[in-house]
Amino acid sequence: MKFVRLSAAVAAVSLLSGAALAQGAKPSDPQIAHIAYTAGVIDIEAAKQALSKTGNKDVKAFAQDMARDHEAVNKQALDLVKKLNVTPQDNDTSKTLSKNAAEKRAELAKLKGAEFDKAYINNEVAYHKAVDSALETTLIPNASNAELKSLLQTGLKIFQGHEQHAEHVASELK
Amino acid sequence: MSPRWTLPIFVVLLSGASVPSQAATIQITMDNLVIAPAEISAKIGDTIEWINKDVLAHTATARNGDFDVNLPPKKTASLVVKKAGTVDYYCRFHPNMKATLKVEP
Repeated sequence: MKFVRLSAAVAAVSLLSGAALAQGAKPSDPQIAHIAYTAGVIDIEAAKQALSKTGNKDVKAFAQDMARDHEAVNKQALDLVKKLNVTPQDNDTSKTLSKNAAEKRAELAKLKGAEFDKAYINNEVAYHKAVDSALETTLIPNASNAELKSLLQTGLKIFQGHEQHAEHVASELK
Repeated sequence: MSPRWTLPIFVVLLSGASVPSQAATIQITMDNLVIAPAEISAKIGDTIEWINKDVLAHTATARNGDFDVNLPPKKTASLVVKKAGTVDYYCRFHPNMKATLKVEP
């Protein structure tokens, strides 16, 4: 079990910070905005799936928190790109993220009850770890616009809280 | 007959007496997921005003169940403290946000 979780986390991290971005070029601001927004959308989708499937009070509350926070941050992101007159640019990282998330959702869709709850929360722990690491090592350092950088930094702080929250829920589920 | 009347009057006088001690409004901000100041003292009758500067929804939720104040994004909400004691509170949505409110009699 532990191994599975770890490998999922490792896979997710290497996906975000490695593979897709390893093609040499540093991501541009429009690409960074697109990646950050996509990462938020993925977690909102995951939360919606959890809300439709879970019967666990803690998991439900967690999923509601995820949807609420990521929607708020993404709204900020949209307002910012509008203000800066920037069009978020689709890129390989965003595409890989979306593709993997769709696969994960399909996998989770087959699970029920406590099995689903555990798989969802464990994935949330791994996912937030991956996103936080990508923010820290790639997205924030490469963002050139100060406002975008600051929004990403706020995002990092929020998502680190999510990661801890997810870890707490995961430990309660055991 | 008369002793029964004296009690309510006495109570009114007593409660009246505590009012002149100028109730204050104490402001606490929630900014970038931090509650500041993290520790603050108030007196019974004071108003605590939480100002949420974040785009996120927060709450000020007492661990002992004394209060649970909802703070929508960019909104302010307040509460009049009525009980002495030290209350630890946090945000239900972001449990890392923690603070302490000391209410003196």
